Amino acid sequence: MDFVLGHYNYWIAIFLMMVGFYTVISRGNLVKKIVGLNVFQVSVFLLYISIGTVTGGAAPIITQGIKLYSNPLPHVLILTAIVVGVATTALGLALVVRIKEAYGTIEEDEIHEQDHSL
Amino acid sequence: MIDIIIDITLLAFLAITAVAIVRLTNLLAIVMLFGIFSFLSATLFVVMDAVDVAFTEAAVGAGISTVLMLATIALTKDHEEKKYSSHRPWLPLAVVIATGAALVYGTLDIPAFGDPESPAQKHVATYYIEKAMPETGVPNIVTAVLASYRGYDTLGEVVVILTAGIAVLLLIGDNCPKSIARNHMQEGLKGKEIAHNLILRIASKTLIPLIILFALYVQFHGDYGPGGGFQAGVIMSSAIILYALVYGLDGAERVIPSTILRLLASLGVIIYAGVGVVTLLLGGNYLDYSVLADTQIAGQHLGILLVELGVGMTVFSIMLIIFFAFAGRGRP
Repeated sequence: MDFVLGHYNYWIAIFLMMVGFYTVISRGNLVKKIVGLNVFQVSVFLLYISIGTVTGGAAPIITQGIKLYSNPLPHVLILTAIVVGVATTALGLALVVRIKEAYGTIEEDEIHEQDHSL
Repeated sequence: MIDIIIDITLLAFLAITAVAIVRLTNLLAIVMLFGIFSFLSATLFVVMDAVDVAFTEAAVGAGISTVLMLATIALTKDHEEKKYSSHRPWLPLAVVIATGAALVYGTLDIPAFGDPESPAQKHVATYYIEKAMPETGVPNIVTAVLASYRGYDTLGEVVVILTAGIAVLLLIGDNCPKSIARNHMQEGLKGKEIAHNLILRIASKTLIPLIILFALYVQFHGDYGPGGGFQAGVIMSSAIILYALVYGLDGAERVIPSTILRLLASLGVIIYAGVGVVTLLLGGNYLDYSVLADTQIAGQHLGILLVELGVGMTVFSIMLIIFFAFAGRGRP
């Protein structure tokens, strides 16, 4: 039971990662692919933060009388990753908008059909 | 104990939301669920003591990302074609299950969640926790590591954000073909219903100054509490986005012209990189703030303040540039 509780966070993170991965590789709609990519991304954040958590630890802001803190390093890495993530998501969405304007659709299969019929 | 129960419940909610996202075909519902997904994960970060991360995720994931995705489906279409949604699911499913099984096998050797003895807690983390306060005088270790110890890294991230903003401008910046100038979002922005809704106008007028004040607090109090340039930039831009949603895009562009935004975005990076050049000229290493003032602590304080200011400016203006690019697309 302790083993399951101790690894529950990692397993859910992996489950979310796989759900995101599945959305990316199996769905043809480009917006849905990007949502899937974002789900994948959040799962990586969860994995990092889970690894940095210390039971009984406080948030890593130095306070008098507190000795045990959670690991600040994953927090730094993930904080910047989130903001970079939204910037790259915006780039992906901008590409989707341009694809819609060029092909008139955001379904991958229809885009392939148009490419082949040329 | 209560922590564990909250942790388990929130993770279960996350899993349910993720499955719902895969199964739905209405893109509007998917995007709203993704907002909920982000917000749930932000709550989970609070439970896991990552307050700075939670802050950022709530502002970025549940706020800006969701707005950008809504703008995209307004510009494209709001549902997924059913006939494409479920074809050939078996191969992807097999790939995903195999990958997932391999990853779960890998976790069997990871130390248990929250183990204070795990190797991840023994490396540089102990150094940061013990030395960050005496060396930089900044109680928030995350800010100290972000802006001082790993300053190079953060400079790189800020440049990535600037690059992404420029790329979005190149892709969907100014010129737009007239033929597809049919933008639902633009109609929504100019629509009489929103602009003339008294409650919305008055509520937003009260809220916007408070949001800006809060952003400034987060910016300059980031050394002592959760917060910093990244969060402040996003919160500040959300104030302007709220203004644009209620009073229209043209009004918002009068408040902050896009030329000024572009200047601000580059100025932020220049401030950050410039602080590094100044420390070089003063005889220190690149981004070693200790030489900026008489004492090491004062120098670090000044350096971190300036660098966070640069980060805040760039993040704020890039978020707005991206939003204006999406919302202005298809303007007749």
